[in-house]
Amino acid sequence: MGFFIETLIGGLMAGMLYSLVALGFVLIFKSSGVFNFAQGAMVLFAALAMARFSEWANAALGGDSLAMANLIAFVGAGGVMWFVAWAVERFVLRKLVNQEGATLLMVTLGITYVLEGVGQTLFGSEIYNINVGMPKDPVMMFESVFDGGILINKEDFIAALIAAVLVGLLTLFFQKTPVGRALRAVADDHQAALSIGIPLNRIWVIVWLVAGVVALVAGIIWGSKLGVQFSLATVAMRALPVVILGGLTSVPGAIVGGLIIGVGEKLSEVYIGPMVGGGIEIWFAYVLALIFLLFRPQGLFGEKIIDRV
Amino acid sequence: MLYRENGQFKTTYAADQQIFPIAQDKWFVLGLIAFAFIGVPLLADEYLFRAILIPFLILALAALGVNLLVGYCGQITLGAGAFMAVGAYAAYNFLVRIDGMPLLGAILLGGLTTAGVGILFGIPSLRVRGLYLAVATLAAQFFCDWAFLRIKWFTNDSSSGSVSVSNLEMLGWSIDAPVEKYLFCLGIIVLFGLLAKNMTRATIGRQWMAIRDMDVAAEVIGIRPMFAKLSAFAVSSFFVGVAGALWGFVHLGSWEPAAFSVDRSFQLLFMVIIGGLGSIMGSFFGAAFIVVLPIFLNQFLPALGHLVGVSISTAAVSHAELIIFGSLIVFFLIVEPHGLARLWSIAKEKLRLWPFPH
Amino acid sequence: MSRQIGDVILDLQNISLRFGGVKALTDISFNIREHEVRAIIGPNGAGKSSMLNVINGVYHPQDGKILFRGQERKKMEPHMAAKQGIARTFQNIALFKGMSVLDNIMTGRTLKMKTNLLWQALWVGPARNEELVHRRKVEEIIDFLEIQHIRKTPVGRLPYGLQKRVDLGRALAMEPQILLLDEPMAGMNVEEKQDMCRFILDVNDQFGTTIVLIEHDMGVVMDISDRVVVLDYGKKIGDGLPDDVRSNPEVIRAYLGAGH
Repeated sequence: MGFFIETLIGGLMAGMLYSLVALGFVLIFKSSGVFNFAQGAMVLFAALAMARFSEWANAALGGDSLAMANLIAFVGAGGVMWFVAWAVERFVLRKLVNQEGATLLMVTLGITYVLEGVGQTLFGSEIYNINVGMPKDPVMMFESVFDGGILINKEDFIAALIAAVLVGLLTLFFQKTPVGRALRAVADDHQAALSIGIPLNRIWVIVWLVAGVVALVAGIIWGSKLGVQFSLATVAMRALPVVILGGLTSVPGAIVGGLIIGVGEKLSEVYIGPMVGGGIEIWFAYVLALIFLLFRPQGLFGEKIIDRV
Repeated sequence: MLYRENGQFKTTYAADQQIFPIAQDKWFVLGLIAFAFIGVPLLADEYLFRAILIPFLILALAALGVNLLVGYCGQITLGAGAFMAVGAYAAYNFLVRIDGMPLLGAILLGGLTTAGVGILFGIPSLRVRGLYLAVATLAAQFFCDWAFLRIKWFTNDSSSGSVSVSNLEMLGWSIDAPVEKYLFCLGIIVLFGLLAKNMTRATIGRQWMAIRDMDVAAEVIGIRPMFAKLSAFAVSSFFVGVAGALWGFVHLGSWEPAAFSVDRSFQLLFMVIIGGLGSIMGSFFGAAFIVVLPIFLNQFLPALGHLVGVSISTAAVSHAELIIFGSLIVFFLIVEPHGLARLWSIAKEKLRLWPFPH
Repeated sequence: MSRQIGDVILDLQNISLRFGGVKALTDISFNIREHEVRAIIGPNGAGKSSMLNVINGVYHPQDGKILFRGQERKKMEPHMAAKQGIARTFQNIALFKGMSVLDNIMTGRTLKMKTNLLWQALWVGPARNEELVHRRKVEEIIDFLEIQHIRKTPVGRLPYGLQKRVDLGRALAMEPQILLLDEPMAGMNVEEKQDMCRFILDVNDQFGTTIVLIEHDMGVVMDISDRVVVLDYGKKIGDGLPDDVRSNPEVIRAYLGAGH
């Protein structure tokens, strides 16, 4: 029983990280109607920037002031993501206003490749470390309730906390602020938003910047845990099914979806995996999303998609 | 002046419906095919066959399949790599498990199996489209990745997880030397290209395009979306499956599931976008481009680097590849969604006036 | 050849259609006789297009019955309606923008093509002959609509009036028993309207096709239709011969304006 709870909690926390990446998807889709396949690459790009900047800053400062280096690196990486947002809006989005979804999707595929290539050219393609002072040691909890207690990873726990805070802030942002409202208008209809004076271009830069910062946070957390390497992009792609489950337009959906996928992956790997040869993590999330697509394409919390004749 | 339709009047509908209504086009393509069969074997060396021509032919076939689905029928797929795997492994199993199975038979049966799998994974297209469909096809991709890795039956219980095929022969003709492999593939590709062209100018092609352009209106004229979409998946998967079998048997010789990963799926999609959606010729252009570009970069970039005193490693070249591919995708989607094929048509239009300026 | 107006071919009884809280059609009953030209008129938003969509199977009414040649229709889907010989054009021209005029009209022949995929791929024998047979038929329609000069042009490049003609051609290619026309003359100038009227009347004359027509131009409606149905806010407020409808006080109040 204790083991089950452990797996469950481990899944919840992994799920929280998926949610973080999924949040980036939802942000961009909600406000520009673009499904950003490049979100995973953005996580990698941001993490690379962070890792290398921190390294270089630390060396420049004399090798001892890690906290300062990290701060500089964070700001630097944020600036880089701002540049990415600007470039994407200026060279890509502006030219594709009101194109259909499939075209926009394929364009983000192209952006993925460009980010991966540029990232590795600028920052290198080895494995790098991010050290932001996350505690690496696990802690035993609930010893009185369960026999022997439950092993909880402190790092995962803090990550989950950060993710939860970020999600809360973003939900507030969308629901309560005027900019958030404007973003929702844009997602609904580009032309209509333009005609009431919403500055589409600036909005898009803001959105992609926010998504970029979310990607940066996700990149830092994951990079700190797994090390920053190319495979980070593919792991981040597992967040795609999360938005299908939760609904492309729903911020709470990204959370719930992430938790479900995180828990589902871990539990299925542990309990079903051995029966079929293991390694089912690579497809579990996607097949779950596939099943949802067949019966409830809008996900748990998304808006129903209506086609007019 | 040379490239004009002057005097070429069509007096029957049959003449109007030919594949190449303009005589110059017809002679050009027939000449090209003749050259491919006769001239190239005399001129090309082994490296050219192995590194460029054979991969180009096989990937062009796969791109053709993907184009039928994405370009003609408008159903996006990110799982073509997995379908190549299905074709390869199915053909492999037919070959080794059934005594006396001829090579061509195994390959075609592999293709048919892939068609069946394609229909199965095409079912989501009846419910969803666009990026939702893309996610569904990714599910197919990852599931197949796993299945061919973990389910031992597919690899004939090989211990290493990789399979190999050797001693290919057809009707007593041994397909061993590069030139023989090249001719084998060329024959298959020319045949499949013809089949594809025929289908796109017949009713089924029009049904596919109708579904792509406006599926609600298509239903109103009596086109059944289920039949059109699933037939597109079936035919497309057949092509891709045969290509997969050829890739494994003829090009690689021995392979693992990683040869057909999601990167391959993206590569095929890029071929179709750059070459031209909805164009048979575009599939060939796209395949040629994507096969030749890395080789070109590998030669060109280090040389360029030497000129300016910078040493460029192979890793840097592969990164440059990513950047160039990605930028080209973005470029083509913004500027010319009909890809190289449209640029080719425009060039031909200019050629009609040449040497006059207007 | 003067057309004989036949028996009732389509009978709509107490049709009601709702979208959530919005009532598009309320308890509408009227019939359509074979070989006649039946016009549906009414102000914008009266529910005319919805009515066509119901006949066509695109929308499913919550209440009411539809009888086709005396037989009650079960739940109808668009492609089943097509099979039963009902064709239509659209207000917003639902043509296949990526294909040429010829190909668009050829798609209308889909239901009549029988050879299977394999023959088509090989392009021999049955498939090839069938393609030629239907090509001949489509060329007749192209001649009839006087669009020979644009047969290879991609439809997206044509002016609005010509696109409407191609839309009509595609519907005609189905050789329908009932032709539903949704504002076929919208946005046309006087000459184009005259051409379109001529085509519609010719179709009705030569092929005996029953025509159901939504149109705003009163001159056209009064001229070419045999009977008229008037809708307003989803309800029927008039039904009968053009002259009768024209002098119906309710219709005048709702639609035609005083002094007609």
